[in-house]
Amino acid sequence: MDLSASLNLALPELILAISVLGIVVYGALRGNKSAFTVNALSGAALIAAAFAAAFGSHGSGFSGSFISDGVAVYAKVFIYIVAVAIIVLSKGYFDRLNQTKFEFPILILLATLGMSMMVSAGDLIALYVGLELQSLSAYILAAFRRDDPKGSEAGLKYFVLGSLASGLLLYGASLIYGFTGSMNFEAIAEALKVNTEVGVIFGLVFLISGLAFKISAAPFHMWTPDVYEGAPTPVVAFFAGVPKFAALVLFARVLTDTFADLYSQWSQVILLLATLSFLVGALGGLMQKDIKRLLAYSSIANMGYALLALAAGTGYGVQALLLFMVLYTIDTTGLFSAQMALSRKGVPLTRIDQLAGLSKVSMPITIAITLLCLSVLGMPPFSGFWAKVFVFGAAIEAGHWVFAAIGLVASVVAAFYYLRIIKLMWFDGGAEEIDAAPAATKWILYASAAFAFPLSAFALIWLYPLAENAIKSFGLN
Amino acid sequence: MAIPNLLSLITFLPLAGALVILAVKALSRKDDEAVIGTNAKWIALWTTLATLALTIVLLAQFDRTTTDYQFVEKAQWFSYLSYHMGVDGISVLFVALTAFLMPLCILASWTNIKERLVEYMIAFLVLQTAVIGVFTVLDLFLFYMFFEFGLVPMFLIIGIWGGKDRIYASYKFFLYTLLGSVLMLAAMLYMVGVAGTSSIPELAQYEFLAAAQPWLWLAFFASFAVKMPMWPVHTWLPDAHVQAPTAGSVMLAGILLKLGGYGFIRFNLPMFPLASEMFTPFVLTLSVIAIVVTSLIAFRQTDIKKLIAYSSVAHMGFVTMGIFAGNQEGVQGAVYQMISHGLISGALFLCVGVVYDRWHTREIVFYGGLTKLLPHFAFVFLLFTMANVGLPGTSGFVGEILTMTGLYQVSTWAAFVAATGVILSAMYALTLYKRVMYGEVTNEALKGHPDLTAREILIFVPLIVGTIALGVYPAFVFDFTTASVDALVAQYQTLIGG
Repeated sequence: MDLSASLNLALPELILAISVLGIVVYGALRGNKSAFTVNALSGAALIAAAFAAAFGSHGSGFSGSFISDGVAVYAKVFIYIVAVAIIVLSKGYFDRLNQTKFEFPILILLATLGMSMMVSAGDLIALYVGLELQSLSAYILAAFRRDDPKGSEAGLKYFVLGSLASGLLLYGASLIYGFTGSMNFEAIAEALKVNTEVGVIFGLVFLISGLAFKISAAPFHMWTPDVYEGAPTPVVAFFAGVPKFAALVLFARVLTDTFADLYSQWSQVILLLATLSFLVGALGGLMQKDIKRLLAYSSIANMGYALLALAAGTGYGVQALLLFMVLYTIDTTGLFSAQMALSRKGVPLTRIDQLAGLSKVSMPITIAITLLCLSVLGMPPFSGFWAKVFVFGAAIEAGHWVFAAIGLVASVVAAFYYLRIIKLMWFDGGAEEIDAAPAATKWILYASAAFAFPLSAFALIWLYPLAENAIKSFGLN
Repeated sequence: MAIPNLLSLITFLPLAGALVILAVKALSRKDDEAVIGTNAKWIALWTTLATLALTIVLLAQFDRTTTDYQFVEKAQWFSYLSYHMGVDGISVLFVALTAFLMPLCILASWTNIKERLVEYMIAFLVLQTAVIGVFTVLDLFLFYMFFEFGLVPMFLIIGIWGGKDRIYASYKFFLYTLLGSVLMLAAMLYMVGVAGTSSIPELAQYEFLAAAQPWLWLAFFASFAVKMPMWPVHTWLPDAHVQAPTAGSVMLAGILLKLGGYGFIRFNLPMFPLASEMFTPFVLTLSVIAIVVTSLIAFRQTDIKKLIAYSSVAHMGFVTMGIFAGNQEGVQGAVYQMISHGLISGALFLCVGVVYDRWHTREIVFYGGLTKLLPHFAFVFLLFTMANVGLPGTSGFVGEILTMTGLYQVSTWAAFVAATGVILSAMYALTLYKRVMYGEVTNEALKGHPDLTAREILIFVPLIVGTIALGVYPAFVFDFTTASVDALVAQYQTLIGG
């Protein structure tokens, strides 16, 4: 394939990369007073990239390092849309704290570009470059409130542990290269058909560990609660959703496509990670007092469910994963925007017990949070229920009975902490007035609550076949 | 006159009413709490009455001779799922029961709910949609959605408007039932996976592997046994009942408990016949224990509401017994018992509500000699106590005698022990009546309260009429159920080779 065709495939990434360079120059010249324009330009770039991705061509380019297929496009479009929502949320958040800086949307754009590369990666180098671009931007974002000790702690912790994970991943990649003689996924798959040496499996396990860290699956989850607590909330809302989605798509591509022949090996590892994750997520969340720490455990548990779908190793498993992540990301984005919407006398509400009696103060926000909590809990008819139906359906279809049963029981344990939020808001009394929330934050909250129910019931009518078609490029059954 | 989409209309009309209440509240001035509350009450009452009217149309147009599902609506959703509705002779009666009890619940809450009236009415209307939906849908996942979602409004009703231990009770209620139903969800996913359809009528014809049936049966059983509730997983019920407001108890005892029995009839029996036969001794044992043990527990209660709650568990024992007897009398009797218990236990909880509204306590020792003070109430309470005991001429008798006849053909011993339950129920119910109503008025605090008000009489009259009418002329129910139950039992007996 010639260069122009390859460039055409990577059009969304090119749009993002060029816009970042342009916007950074503009921002540097104008300083922080350009924040609004920078936000707007970044949003426009993301939307343009989303269109380019949705209507772009499929294929593989740059001698196989870059793949634009159904799954990649599905993931990209969704990632870009969420990134726009995060930029909107961040504006309200930083304006309220008087800490508006023009760098924020630029870093979001860079991280998004990294994710975009991740989902399109066709060889180990592209995988690593995409992952690092995303991670490095994320480290800076985590420490974005640099005057805040907790913020710096979060950034540092994330950086040190994240670099360790990158190291593991890189070591795994080098083992795989060493034993198969190729970087390219397709070539690796070919080499594995001929013979499988134990070194490849070692490499694969290291690769999985590195990626498991990025999606905060247990036992690589230690950083999550601390980083979630310390980092600015829009950043956390960002971390909780799309980077994990990108990493999971990468997982799906590497495991179910490239290493399909080693299914019996890697599925054990993934099942272990999944089971540990939903157990740690469910049990760890029970005693949390901080809203963001609670959501951190909730995200650990949900990554467990996502991995359970992946462990099925079937086409339906990957489809379940794609649907699960979209539904889950919308719910978490909503919950984080709820946290951003709530503050009392200029101080944001961070502890769960501060939500007591909220239904007497602000009914619309209470209803929205209730819907979202019920959704993450997996209560029908909310979107979270469908997410779980897909995931457990895939697991049961693949014969992973026991794990599905453990997961379902864990979801009942986790139900307890979502119920506690509902209980505090509705049953307890004595709340003081809360501050008026930024309009955009509130609308994103309402929109995600409305998506949880009833919009998801309609959205699934086209989302389901969309995911079904997307996975066809993986050649699974 | 045929009304298009009648079932959808009945199912979602209450939800629409809830939205209207919300809209009216949003449009009203913020300071007019009283006006907003009154509006909410009236809208809720009219919505439930309209639903009742539509249900009467449904009953009138129902063809009692066919075993097919009627008023079917079907639209493709996504994947193998479809929006599929329809009723047969069994489910149509439960729809009617729900629609019948709901206006009474609203009336029962007319004056005693003072806080957050708007939310209260919304919760009840949403609950009604959830419960009616359970009985009208014919898609496995839609069934699960309605079945499960009913937990949420009930959780809020107990937790917000309940008594002093409401939080413990609401958590216990929610988590117990949720744990039961996630296992059912796992089984459903398996069933859809192997059968390739989620339509309930099609699944009822599908023959699941004999090796898989016991597991599937157990998963469904876990969910329905908790809902029912069967001994020994009944412990959430007394807590939930005692803490719930009166109308909440009526909904719980009158309708939510029936979801379990309906589930057994709709899923366990026709879909897993081999497992059902295999587990019959197990279910009969649990049911018999439930009847005897909970009757004895009821006898020792000091709280009126708790006593009636335990009596509900005992009466549900007759239902499970009848269903798993697997013959025509048994299943007919079980359906009948559920409808009748819906009326009687609902009425009994309303009776407790009457005294609780006046004296704000449910301790039995507080009362005594109420016949002298509230003669009209004494009559009503006596009537329903007798119906609960199973006095011939009331609906309670028909259900018990039929289930025991059915059971006798399967297990003489179980029928014998269950029959002692009838004596025990007379014992605790009459003792309760004696201690609360007869004797001298020893407690001065009891004096100075009026007899039944016009509103309360309005609530009790339909229940009295229903209980007596069904007791004297049971064909009101059997006309509807016979065709469907016969087909169900015939299929079951063929599949187990009996």
